Amino acid sequence: MAELCTNSAEISLGKLFSAVLRRDLLLSFRRKSDLVNPLIFFVMVATLFPLGVSPEPNFLADVAPGVVWVAALLATLLSLDGIFRSDYEDGTLEQVILSPQPLMVVCLAKVMAHWMTTGLPLALMSPLLGVMLFLPVSAMFGMVVSLLIGTLVLSLIGAIGAGLTVGLKRGGVLISLLVLPLYIPVLIFGSGAVQAAVAGLPLEGYFALLGAMLALGMVLAPFAISASVRISVSG
Amino acid sequence: MAGSSWLPRWFYQLASPRWCYDITGKLLPSFFIAAILLLIVGVVWALAFAPPDYQQGNSFRIMYLHVPSAILAQSCYMLMAIAGVVGLIWKIKVADMVAYACAPIGASIAVMALATGAIWGKPTWGSWWVWDARLTSMLILLFLYMGVMALYAAMDNESMAAKAASVLSLVGLVNIPIIKYSVEWWNTLHQPATFTLTEKPAMPIEMWLPLLVMVVGFYCFFSVSLMLRLRNEIIRRERRSGWVRELVASK
Repeated sequence: MAELCTNSAEISLGKLFSAVLRRDLLLSFRRKSDLVNPLIFFVMVATLFPLGVSPEPNFLADVAPGVVWVAALLATLLSLDGIFRSDYEDGTLEQVILSPQPLMVVCLAKVMAHWMTTGLPLALMSPLLGVMLFLPVSAMFGMVVSLLIGTLVLSLIGAIGAGLTVGLKRGGVLISLLVLPLYIPVLIFGSGAVQAAVAGLPLEGYFALLGAMLALGMVLAPFAISASVRISVSG
Repeated sequence: MAGSSWLPRWFYQLASPRWCYDITGKLLPSFFIAAILLLIVGVVWALAFAPPDYQQGNSFRIMYLHVPSAILAQSCYMLMAIAGVVGLIWKIKVADMVAYACAPIGASIAVMALATGAIWGKPTWGSWWVWDARLTSMLILLFLYMGVMALYAAMDNESMAAKAASVLSLVGLVNIPIIKYSVEWWNTLHQPATFTLTEKPAMPIEMWLPLLVMVVGFYCFFSVSLMLRLRNEIIRRERRSGWVRELVASK
């Protein structure tokens, strides 16, 4: 954080990025419950489907791609509010905007930290859910890779909503209204990839589409995120 | 501004709430008459005189409501996003108000497009709804409108709400080409675009002409409702300025 607060504009962008990333990761590891809660939620939502719909293995194997993806999407959604909230409340965000460093890079680093603390563990944990829902072992690879790419897109899009609502007292439901329509395409191609993996079809097309969304998000989302943060802080 | 001649003077005047109120007040009656005439002529022509479809019989006639509303729902979103950009970049208050006025109109037109589509789908496809690309992307458009409206409702500060909603509608703009090309990129149950102005229409001219009348009529109707909402919003937001007080006092 010390590097962020200096007035010199001489910090390179890479250094700035890694400083913010390291700080955000450190902060989330200091509050371990916040780190674990989305993961517990992820497992619990997936548990609801066998209990609520049907415990039949064949049925579960059919719905598993969708269930895992919807659970991952909701878990990401619930954790979005935390990206900017604490920094907004203690005034850090205001200082970041005042600093000569580009806000976009800071936002991108915060999104990356968010993904590393939610999307990445979710993707790595998803085989456990796959086993719970009788997903064929051959589809595990497709599921993990699609979640790895897809959750990063979800974090990027979600940060726009988080930035827009950070200035509001009750942003909870609103953020899902803003972000969920934009999540639908990611969900379609993400769960499509897992379904293709179950059916033994080639996965490259789905990965390419998810990768295209990721590329587009990486390039364009930082503009929208920084604009929305600026609006919320200065408004 | 007076020096540049390639845009008429009234175009710049639209940026001032007061002049915008005056100009829309002058335009409103003619658009109102045009909308009523076109819609009546179009509906009667479409429902009574256009020839029935050789496969779908008379059930195709709902197209005359479905196609214009679907086109208009997307145009309205474009207008909202463009007005949002203008408001963000040039900080023009009237543009913010236009974007604000567009959201509820667009949402109701999107509902209409989806509802007429469902009613049309039941006799032709055998179901009210299918999860194909065109229908889903149109539903996303409705959700985007609702998100924008929710954002306006959640923020008390009007200029902040306008900026935030502009950013959101700009991000959602990515959906518009997806709706447009969904019937070409995916093999959908929904038929490809049948109404274009640039190519030879895919239907006989007796069916196409009433559709054209309906589309233009819908646009006129949209302009009328947009202007009404906009004038309302101008009066509400400028209620502390002198000209509004005079206007109210003179009535």
